[in-house]
Amino acid sequence: MNGSWTRGRRTAIALAVATLATGGLAACGGGDDGSSAAGGSGGTYTWWDPYPQHAADSDWAQRVERCGEQAGVKIKRTAYDTTQLTNQALLAGQQGEAPDVILLDNPAVSTLAESGMLATTEQFGLDTSDVDPNLLAAGDLDDESYGIPIGANTLALYYNKAVLDAAGVDPAGITSWATLTDALEKIKAEGNQGITFSAIGTEEGSFQYLPWFWGSGAELTDLDSPEAVASLELWKGWLDDGLAPNSVINNSQNTVWEQFLTGDFGFAENGTWQVNSAADADFETGIIQIPAEAGGAAPAPTGGEFAVVPVQQDTQRYDTTTKIVECMTTAEGFVETANTFAYYIPPTEAGQKELLAEKPDLEVWVDAVREARGRTSDNLGTDYPKISEPLWTAVQQALSGSASPQEALQTAQKAADQATG
Amino acid sequence: MGPQSLSRRKREETRTAHDEGVTAPPSAAAPPRGDRPVVDPAPAGSTARRLDPRRLAALGFLLPLLAYLVAFYAYPLWRNIDMSLHDYNLAAFVQGNAQFVALDNFRAVLSDPTFRPALVNTVLFTVGSIAVQFTLGLALAVFFRRTFPLSAPLRAMFLVPWLLPLIVSGSTWSWMLNSDNGVVNSAMQAVGLDGVNWLTSPGTALLSVTIANIWLGVPFNLVILFAGLQNIPDELYEAAELDGASSWQQFRSITFPLLKPVSAITLLLGLIYTLKVVDIIWIMTRGGPGDSSTTFATWSYREAFGTGLPEFSPAAAVGNLLILVALVAGFVYIRLQRRREHA
Repeated sequence: MNGSWTRGRRTAIALAVATLATGGLAACGGGDDGSSAAGGSGGTYTWWDPYPQHAADSDWAQRVERCGEQAGVKIKRTAYDTTQLTNQALLAGQQGEAPDVILLDNPAVSTLAESGMLATTEQFGLDTSDVDPNLLAAGDLDDESYGIPIGANTLALYYNKAVLDAAGVDPAGITSWATLTDALEKIKAEGNQGITFSAIGTEEGSFQYLPWFWGSGAELTDLDSPEAVASLELWKGWLDDGLAPNSVINNSQNTVWEQFLTGDFGFAENGTWQVNSAADADFETGIIQIPAEAGGAAPAPTGGEFAVVPVQQDTQRYDTTTKIVECMTTAEGFVETANTFAYYIPPTEAGQKELLAEKPDLEVWVDAVREARGRTSDNLGTDYPKISEPLWTAVQQALSGSASPQEALQTAQKAADQATG
Repeated sequence: MGPQSLSRRKREETRTAHDEGVTAPPSAAAPPRGDRPVVDPAPAGSTARRLDPRRLAALGFLLPLLAYLVAFYAYPLWRNIDMSLHDYNLAAFVQGNAQFVALDNFRAVLSDPTFRPALVNTVLFTVGSIAVQFTLGLALAVFFRRTFPLSAPLRAMFLVPWLLPLIVSGSTWSWMLNSDNGVVNSAMQAVGLDGVNWLTSPGTALLSVTIANIWLGVPFNLVILFAGLQNIPDELYEAAELDGASSWQQFRSITFPLLKPVSAITLLLGLIYTLKVVDIIWIMTRGGPGDSSTTFATWSYREAFGTGLPEFSPAAAVGNLLILVALVAGFVYIRLQRRREHA
């Protein structure tokens, strides 16, 4: 048997170790609380954006910093992945630790607004009268406005000039669905691929389908209208006739772009954000607006981030926050953002003019943005995600052949009715 | 030569331990007092017990683990149940004033048009994955039981799927099965077959993700079953061989029955791992086209994070259904285990 002295000492050591371990845990918890507390005193304002690709030493980060300096404060910037940002913001709202400014993907604005964690532009005192109403509308919920776009982008059709030339297709002549389908057939006859787009079962799929949906005259409140069915039949017909590859059902927008860059495709539906990549492609590219069924340009959905201001207990902060946001949303500010990111069109007329003076070849995009429609507009707000999910499901079902376009859209409308109540 | 003899020695050691366990009657399982006097102190009144420094030390060591279990297992589990019983719409989530709705979320989930396909898909995906994984894993384990040149490196190669990050294997599978540029379709076309829209047709999407999941799960089954095989004494096989038993008879009468306990735990773990698979399906098909490869796990994920509008309460309800299934399987396992011990 061991002496009790040894046993006692061993116990003491054990206790010390155990206490240290638990104490260490507690200390970690405490430290965490302290560092994640948003805002805080000492003139530091917190800023979240969805651009993790722009590191702390990037032009964008420096620009954010300068806006803080102009407002006389320091900005602490944190970047999250787009989808993560909404969840992070919700969690921060739940903890009462929301940042001062969030740059938020526009369909998420009404989501956060619905949770009651965003201040209206009126509350924090921002003048948004210069902003194009079609773009501003994406941030509206129940007749209140919850933010300002820092720029806008949308979808159009990129084309491969060599492929079109070989098929004898003049892009300027593509002004309706019929002329587009005609062009695709000519391209196919030459042994190339017609068009690629994204019909994936996520929001991206709905985003890409909407120009065709709206271009038929259909409305999101009536998913199974004859117009809507016609637009889905257009896509389905392209797949059946081999004018579009079957893989579109699983394509993300990035995959679409990769397919286009192979040089085998005549057209690809993609966004403003590929302008630089298109210029760097191994072949000559061009852009046309997505045609509507009967002719003219179809409204494409707006993309791009809004600057929103979460509700703060200390409402004094709004003055400075407004100054920071304003720094981003002057005409010069918009153009600077457009140039920093290379994929944003200013949302005000003054900004657009200034940008076109610098880069006249962006005119198609400026036109497309002016025609664009917010997904959450028309007072859909948080009903939009509930409609969008059945919609992309319908597109998937029709394209994969598990239902006819008509049946798929009828099911979608039923699901949307149920979801929106 | 060296490692082989080492492993044989190890096997012998385990065998003796095993034999001892078998010879000792269950009634003698309680250790003689003198061996471990402190673990089981004489009941000397509660105050004395509380003051025992050894007991305090044990408690001190236990505390971090308990804190960990509560913080990372009990609390999230409770939160999940709590969420599924309240209506956590967005405003309620942020303001923390969710209304108690009892089983409304479960009712909504059960009547959702996605429920039926998700249920069928979950059963097909889980049963299909486990059955094939287990069969392949067992076959490979039996195969590798015999040592032959290069058997060790070969066995190691079979573990590769386990080592790869899921995002890598998922993306690779989805490239390989791509309808237009996938290597699988190219190979099929090269031998004159028609390509299949693996991931984009409702008939094959579930099959495709199941195949990928089987590939991912074989190493796990192989490793555990192989370890189980190491514990089966060699002389049983030698005796059987002397009696003229064929390899199939040896497998049926020795390997399979003696491997039962290990098989049971492998299947249980396999069930739990397969039920909760989200990543591979999400990467390959997003549960589509339509709902054709949606399982409960991906459905729950989609409700909470896959759309623009997080619906935490229904997602939590679906998650709880999954936990329930796993729990039931766990109880079944424990019962079977008990019955075997009593027998």
